[in-house]
Amino acid sequence: MTATPTPAQAGSRAVVPAQTRKSAARPAGPASARTAPAAQDRPRRGLRGPAAGRAFLLPTGIALVLLIPLAAAFPGDGSWPAALSVDLSGPLGRAGDWIIDHRDSHPLFLHFFGHVSNAVVVAVRAVYVLLLAAGWTGVTALAALVACRLAGIRLALTCAAAFAACGLLGMWVPTMQTLALMVVAVAASVVLGALLGLAAGLSPRADRLLRPVLDTMQILPAFAYLLPMVLVFGIGVPAAVLATVVYAAPPMARLTALGLREADAGVMEAAASLGATGRQRLLTARLPLARPQLLLGVNQAIMTGLSMAVIASVIGAGGLGDRVYQALASVDVGAALAAGIPIVLLAVVLDRTADAAGRRLGAAPVPLSEQHLLRRVFAGWYGRLLTLLAAVAVAVVGRMAGTTAWPGSWTLSLAEPVNSAVAWMTDHLYSGVPVIGGTADWAARFTGWILDPLRGGLQAAPWWLLLLAAGALALLAGTWRTALTAVLALAAVGVLGVWEASLDTLSQVLAAVAVTLVAGFAIAVGAARSARAERLLRPVLDVCQTLPQFVYLIPVVALFGVGRAPAAAAAIVYALPAVVRITVQGLREVDPAVVESARSLGATRGQLLRQVQLPLARPALLLAVNQAVVLVLAVVIIGGLVGGGALGYDVVLGLAQGDLATGLVAGAAIVCLGLLLDRLTQPAKEA
Amino acid sequence: MRDTNHRRPLRRRRGAAVLAAATGLAVLTGCGAADMTRQSSPYAAAEDARTVTLSVQSWVGAQANTAVAAYLLEHELGYRVDTVQVDEVPAWDALSQGRVDAILEDWGHPEQEKRYVEGKKTITRGGDLGVTGHIGWFVPTYFAEAHPDVTDWKNLDKYADRLRTPESRGKGQLLDGSPSYITNDKALVKNLDLDYEVVFAGSEAAQITQIKQFAKERKPFLTYWYEPQWLFERVPMTEVKLPEYTEGCADDPEKVACAYPHTPLQKYLNTRFAQSGGEAADFLKKFHWTKAQQNEVSLMIAEEKLSPQQAAKKWVERNEDVWKPWLT
Repeated sequence: MTATPTPAQAGSRAVVPAQTRKSAARPAGPASARTAPAAQDRPRRGLRGPAAGRAFLLPTGIALVLLIPLAAAFPGDGSWPAALSVDLSGPLGRAGDWIIDHRDSHPLFLHFFGHVSNAVVVAVRAVYVLLLAAGWTGVTALAALVACRLAGIRLALTCAAAFAACGLLGMWVPTMQTLALMVVAVAASVVLGALLGLAAGLSPRADRLLRPVLDTMQILPAFAYLLPMVLVFGIGVPAAVLATVVYAAPPMARLTALGLREADAGVMEAAASLGATGRQRLLTARLPLARPQLLLGVNQAIMTGLSMAVIASVIGAGGLGDRVYQALASVDVGAALAAGIPIVLLAVVLDRTADAAGRRLGAAPVPLSEQHLLRRVFAGWYGRLLTLLAAVAVAVVGRMAGTTAWPGSWTLSLAEPVNSAVAWMTDHLYSGVPVIGGTADWAARFTGWILDPLRGGLQAAPWWLLLLAAGALALLAGTWRTALTAVLALAAVGVLGVWEASLDTLSQVLAAVAVTLVAGFAIAVGAARSARAERLLRPVLDVCQTLPQFVYLIPVVALFGVGRAPAAAAAIVYALPAVVRITVQGLREVDPAVVESARSLGATRGQLLRQVQLPLARPALLLAVNQAVVLVLAVVIIGGLVGGGALGYDVVLGLAQGDLATGLVAGAAIVCLGLLLDRLTQPAKEA
Repeated sequence: MRDTNHRRPLRRRRGAAVLAAATGLAVLTGCGAADMTRQSSPYAAAEDARTVTLSVQSWVGAQANTAVAAYLLEHELGYRVDTVQVDEVPAWDALSQGRVDAILEDWGHPEQEKRYVEGKKTITRGGDLGVTGHIGWFVPTYFAEAHPDVTDWKNLDKYADRLRTPESRGKGQLLDGSPSYITNDKALVKNLDLDYEVVFAGSEAAQITQIKQFAKERKPFLTYWYEPQWLFERVPMTEVKLPEYTEGCADDPEKVACAYPHTPLQKYLNTRFAQSGGEAADFLKKFHWTKAQQNEVSLMIAEEKLSPQQAAKKWVERNEDVWKPWLT
């Protein structure tokens, strides 16, 4: 069966940029974790897993017991030996200088990057001018009409309300700037991703070649590759668009490849036996069959692109992200929120619309009746024309009324109430709360009792012991190949000469992941029991996930003080929704028959949960762990902006000082850490 | 099936058209050279206006300069002004490429000055801003009054215990700000042999939030800070005396053991803009105000939470005699 998203799944996928990006795009594991029948196909695997794990744990435990005294015997071996590291600062610094000096004269820049950059500027400007010309009436009307055609009146009203809210918040022009940038970036990523996916889906060799590249790009925090973009293209829109494309194309490529590879063999055989040529088979059978995945890919490209919109403001993307960033400079959380809300709204609108389009097209290849098909084709052309005409008419009316820009008097100020709420919160929670202590105390305890020992332990442990431990853990999770990747990734960190900083980052990630998982599983178990709790939770999760992290970074500082604690707190806020969602879904999909039979055998609720639901939901739980790790890593890096230090600070420093040597090395180390963590937590692979 | 068969010839034609368009585009653009450094923002001049792009740095003083300059450019000279927030060093790069037309407040970047002003000549000096900047180490005044000897660096070690935080690895905490700011603090702590750890807040917003939080609790702290800065009005701070600054004492970044200098803040313009920017370039060259005037606007932005535009409007309405000469 192809993984056609049921409405419920598609719904839960809504507005989940990062989670679905990873989960939907990873071919084997999640697809089976999601769809209930597939999960039932291999309950045996699920149950055998922990047993096999236990069998492995014993020797590992013994090995650790033997190794730890050994480690104590060589206390000097704590950090990575200098002889084994390579200092890249010289060559990288020279490379950076060379680029700056030759950017306006070297043919590579004049004849290649220059044109790329020009094309981006021209395209973004064209879209932007069009949006401005349409005016707020035209844009809102078009969005509402398209939504109405695709999904009906409810979505249309949502769209209109969302755009009106952007205007009401006084953010019309920045919203249009971001929209223009997004349209170009998403279009480019969809084209690029589809081409790559086509190659990977049709040729196994291209797939083998592309797979590791796409794997790496999925775990690469966006912050890490802004610097090379800036260096080549300079501050501004081209660099921002290209960074977004690099970020948003991989999910599209993966999903395209997945869709093509999963094409029903029977249909392909039938097409071949009818004498269709290879091209015909591709165009008439394979691509139409892959439609659901293609559309999911477009959806993913949109969501990842939007989540990049704010981060790209650090390199001068302008638009909403820039407003968020500027507001934060004066510690104005309210103004930052006013610019952040339109981003959330854009995400909701685009996601729901793409979702609706997906469902419509996904249903198209199997028409229920002749009349249905006719109506679709007819309504298609006619309706499209009608939509466009109506939108143009509204735009013209708007222009005649003289309101292309959002009227200045129709704005609401959100900043003041939000700021006073934040001030109240930080005043009252920071310290002196009876019994549980204030947030400052928590932060101090979290840092002193968890982060410090963890960091100290990791940094004091001999490097070879850590390599061995990484290898052993990876072997437990996967195959020897996984173990090799993990060990090499960790070793690369040492070779790059950022061993200490990387372990510092690692300790923050581990601590934050632990908290995220404990809290996430607890919430999920509660939410899975009652539909009402889940309904209440959903909007909160949506907002947590799409709200740009920059908006809550600063209030977090007010609560927890500067340091690693606020970075960890922000990471937890960001990763929690994904964990909750995946876990709830996993628990839900446990076969009701199994649950019922266990209950009839007299299992209590606790027993049911521990012995039936959790073991059966194991693939989902593993996926949740994997997601938590990757998401937390991304935010811990951004935590460099609030005193998280370590690699995050290096990346921020590299960007701020245009220092390629520091920034790029830290970026590479982050990639390695990401690879390591991803491999250690990869959901059970096909053997 | 029928549906797709029906569409096939159309698709082929469309494919051919796309191919032709792509080839045409390649022929049109491929031969010529495209200089990225002469490109403007796609959002600029979207409606046929004369446009100026100003760089805003992340601190509020810079926002105040830009807001007032932008207000006057828009309302007195009829320009459209775009602002971009960029860190200091990348801003130089952007200025050199013409992505921004002017930086209004620079705290001294000798390396960049050598590369772009003297070397590539893509950036031109725009004269003094009129404000003198000073970086230093500060303690809150309530703490300095209780312990007057803390204002000499030699006594700082005595207070290291009281300035310890979870992040300072058992030493006293010296709070630093954004990594983009000019700082010698790590070298200073080492060379003056102080029992302190430099903790980077990572951004100015985080640093200000932390300082305010400390002040609310009346806790002692030691921080890297700079004048002019609006926060002094809210959290009075006293400077800690470091070994005196002498010409050239900070030339070797590894061996620095002296205070930061007093820097007359500078304006810089993109060379092409300076030559052909007309009224706007002339105006920006003449833009010149005092520390008190800048702080007035900064405070309105940061404390009264006015938008920079509103703050600039208020200030411009009250100070016509100050800005009139800039326009002549």
